[in-house]
Amino acid sequence: MVNGVWRLGFASRFFLATLLHSGMSFRRFQLTIKEIYFSGVLSLIIILVSGLFVGMVLGLQGYETLQKYGSESALGTLVALSLVRELGPVLAALLFASRAGSAITAEIGLMKATEQISAMEMMAVDPIARVVAPRFWAGVISMPLLAAMFSAIGVFGGYLVGVVLIGVDEGQFWSQMQAAVDFRQDVMNGVIKSCVFGVAITAIALFEGYDAPPTAEGVSHATTRTVVTSALAVLALDFILTAFMFRGL
Amino acid sequence: MERKTLDLWVGLFVVAGLAAVLVLAMKVGNLSTFNMSESYALQADFDNIGGLKARAPVKSAGVVVGRVTGITFDNASYRARVSMVVDKRYQFPKDTFAKILTAGLLGEQYIGLDPGGDEVNLKSGDKIAKTEPAMVLESLISKFMFDKAADGDTAKK
Repeated sequence: MVNGVWRLGFASRFFLATLLHSGMSFRRFQLTIKEIYFSGVLSLIIILVSGLFVGMVLGLQGYETLQKYGSESALGTLVALSLVRELGPVLAALLFASRAGSAITAEIGLMKATEQISAMEMMAVDPIARVVAPRFWAGVISMPLLAAMFSAIGVFGGYLVGVVLIGVDEGQFWSQMQAAVDFRQDVMNGVIKSCVFGVAITAIALFEGYDAPPTAEGVSHATTRTVVTSALAVLALDFILTAFMFRGL
Repeated sequence: MERKTLDLWVGLFVVAGLAAVLVLAMKVGNLSTFNMSESYALQADFDNIGGLKARAPVKSAGVVVGRVTGITFDNASYRARVSMVVDKRYQFPKDTFAKILTAGLLGEQYIGLDPGGDEVNLKSGDKIAKTEPAMVLESLISKFMFDKAADGDTAKK
């Protein structure tokens, strides 16, 4: 219990230090770009493939239910709204946590275990500014882009199954979707959600790595904890954000 | 500092992400179909708004001309006050008729504007005087039943 509060306090101080020492990740943007490559670009395949399949499943399941009420023309609305509002940001965040978050934790945990972090401190290089902050900003930048791609390709998947495979009218599919999806209310709120998830996931992953005991076992535990904690954080934050964003509708 | 292949990949990644947002905005969302650059505000009091919600469309002749911005209860007249914004491009006469209509049998409710014949157009902040409340299924059924009962009475006499 006391240990948990202690860790929380350290995590807050760590997060604050990351924000305060972010200057270098923008001044030497090459560092951040390298991390965007590792956490963003290399996550593309898993994000795009899962997005496509999620959209296709939504198309199939949505059609099954909607055709009972003779309103299969609303399929586009169903697919687009569920992806843009919820599934895009949340599933992309969960995939990002398990693909990139775990890698960040393991990398930093191993850096600590092999005393690279201490070596940097010896050379008067601030490890927070040099190692942690670029990874943080890379995650924060990558997450909304990945979530937007997830939603876009998901809508395409829904279109493939609904229009191309099943034969829902193409005009109705797009026009009903466009009538129902609002740019500011739905699309932008989805982007805001994924930004928040990006902050949460990378902050958790970085902290778990930095706080990991410098042993093989410690790093493996920290990696597991990253995935579990960030998944829970994403789902809980999603509830809170949804309650704020879509309340009066 | 020189260019690396890594930069190309990151650049492509960022472009693809922004393109996805653009697709969501243009193809999925309604940014391309309906954006009000300039609009003016109108108000209308209804006896009953049924299931009308904020952000519901305002249509005239089936064309979306504006959006409902807010719904409040007016404590003086005990009626619902609906505020809406209408695109500047569309002007309506002063005696325009506002009704609450339903899209399809179970669809969402929207405001329909039927233009009148007045020479003067509605200005920003004006109130639409002539309104028709939403159709409530229960009152419609009870009206039908009373009519039927009344028909039976007259037939007996």
